[in-house]
Amino acid sequence: MESEIPVTSTPEKFLLSKKADSFFRDIYNVYIFILQYFKELFSVPFEWKELINQCYQVGYRSLPLISLTGFITGTVFTKQSRPSLSEFGATSWLPSLISIAIIRALAPLVTALIAAGKVGSNMGAELGSMKVTEQIDAMEVSGTNPFKYLVVTRITAITLMLPILVIYTALIGMLGSYLNIHQNELTSFPAFISSAFKTISFLDISASVFKAVCYGFTIGVAGCYQGYYAQNGTKGVGTAANVAVVLSMFMIFVEEMVIVQVVNAFR
Amino acid sequence: MDESATNNNDTVISIKDLKKSFDTNIVLNGIDIDILKGENLAVLGRSGSGKSVLIKIISGLLKPDSGTVKVLGQEVDKLRGKALQALRLKIGFSFQSSALYDSMTVRENLAFPLVRNKRNLKTKEVNEAIESVLNDVDLLQTINQMPAELSGGQRKRIGIARTLIMKPEIMLYDEPTSGLDPLTCIDINTLIVKVQQQYNASSIIITHDLTCAKATADKVTMIVDGRFLTPGSFNEIFNEKNTNAKSFYDYNFINDK
Repeated sequence: MESEIPVTSTPEKFLLSKKADSFFRDIYNVYIFILQYFKELFSVPFEWKELINQCYQVGYRSLPLISLTGFITGTVFTKQSRPSLSEFGATSWLPSLISIAIIRALAPLVTALIAAGKVGSNMGAELGSMKVTEQIDAMEVSGTNPFKYLVVTRITAITLMLPILVIYTALIGMLGSYLNIHQNELTSFPAFISSAFKTISFLDISASVFKAVCYGFTIGVAGCYQGYYAQNGTKGVGTAANVAVVLSMFMIFVEEMVIVQVVNAFR
Repeated sequence: MDESATNNNDTVISIKDLKKSFDTNIVLNGIDIDILKGENLAVLGRSGSGKSVLIKIISGLLKPDSGTVKVLGQEVDKLRGKALQALRLKIGFSFQSSALYDSMTVRENLAFPLVRNKRNLKTKEVNEAIESVLNDVDLLQTINQMPAELSGGQRKRIGIARTLIMKPEIMLYDEPTSGLDPLTCIDINTLIVKVQQQYNASSIIITHDLTCAKATADKVTMIVDGRFLTPGSFNEIFNEKNTNAKSFYDYNFINDK
């Protein structure tokens, strides 16, 4: 058996290659992590107090950033769309166009990307720091289930809060859009609302909420998994925060593509 | 195996032929020891010799490869969930880094294990317990401070106080005096002895510091090549003609030569 290993290779043996083995091992570990999440989620005692605290941290604390980016997104998208529509004399379609774009795609994506940057990195860094300074071990030996207290509460909080934040972002984005349209086309608020929601269906709203749930869960799992298993001291904390953000953002775009295909099949 | 020794009521920790390795690195290679109630054992050894691994196995943070570890009559690696949690409440673990929750004040750090494990306690009782253990470690004045505002010695003492609040039967100290000045080390040593006397707790003290071992332990042993030297009193261990123990002694008490 030894002779089958190339002379230049390490003494370790791999099924495929070191990187491929590590990749599949990581996927398996994430699968186990998610299974454990669901197992702990439905077992007593529930960590209500910490869950509410995390909902506050994830939801309320993100409002200023989400408000600003939502408003700017709505305003900028309206300004950028106007020239194209005005060429065809179709500026009256602006509210419909903007509402479709914001509710179907922009609000879930922008909110999720901001949450990945703000909340996902925070989870990775916070849990990573607790891991390398033995605080998670200390919690475990003092009779507390750290997975339930730290991981389950965080993942649940962001999964619950992101849909609410997405709806909020959509409303703020629409407000930004309305102010811009009102300034240029002197459209009244009732006329804007009527035009904007004429083209929006229940499927659009429910698909956005479903997307937000998926994105929230993804951000939570990526952040908590990276932080909870952080290694190599302070360098590991930085890596955990970084990987949590990059992985969340990548997965959000993959999920976006898949969910859009599925939703379009129902449209 | 001598079952009578394991089942002796006075034996709180009984370890038989404990082995643990990480990949190809054999760390513990047949550890045997019995620790009696109220007894302090100091474990010496070089860095990476497996001292911390030993107490992490005792507290159930790591699983052994083979051998048995009985704590208060229960095999730790066979316990799961609530049974393991219940046993852990009888074990106090003082971490090398103190491991205080840095987002909580001293009061919240001490209240955390208490309110989570004794949910029927009233706020007044929790506060009394916190103040009582802070008095025991002479740090009542730090009650509203954050861990970042404390010195290294204070953090160690608060870490010990956080374990004492659960009134443990066994204390595991991981390098209690590392990184501290000699006078603070004396304070910590005094506290370890006080815990033994006041709480009648058995302790395992993992240390490089011979002064700490001498001041706090009833029995001293040393991990060499994954095994314990025969435990004995401080003088017995360092009277042995063992080169490992001798070099440790010479380094720590070089001024005595």
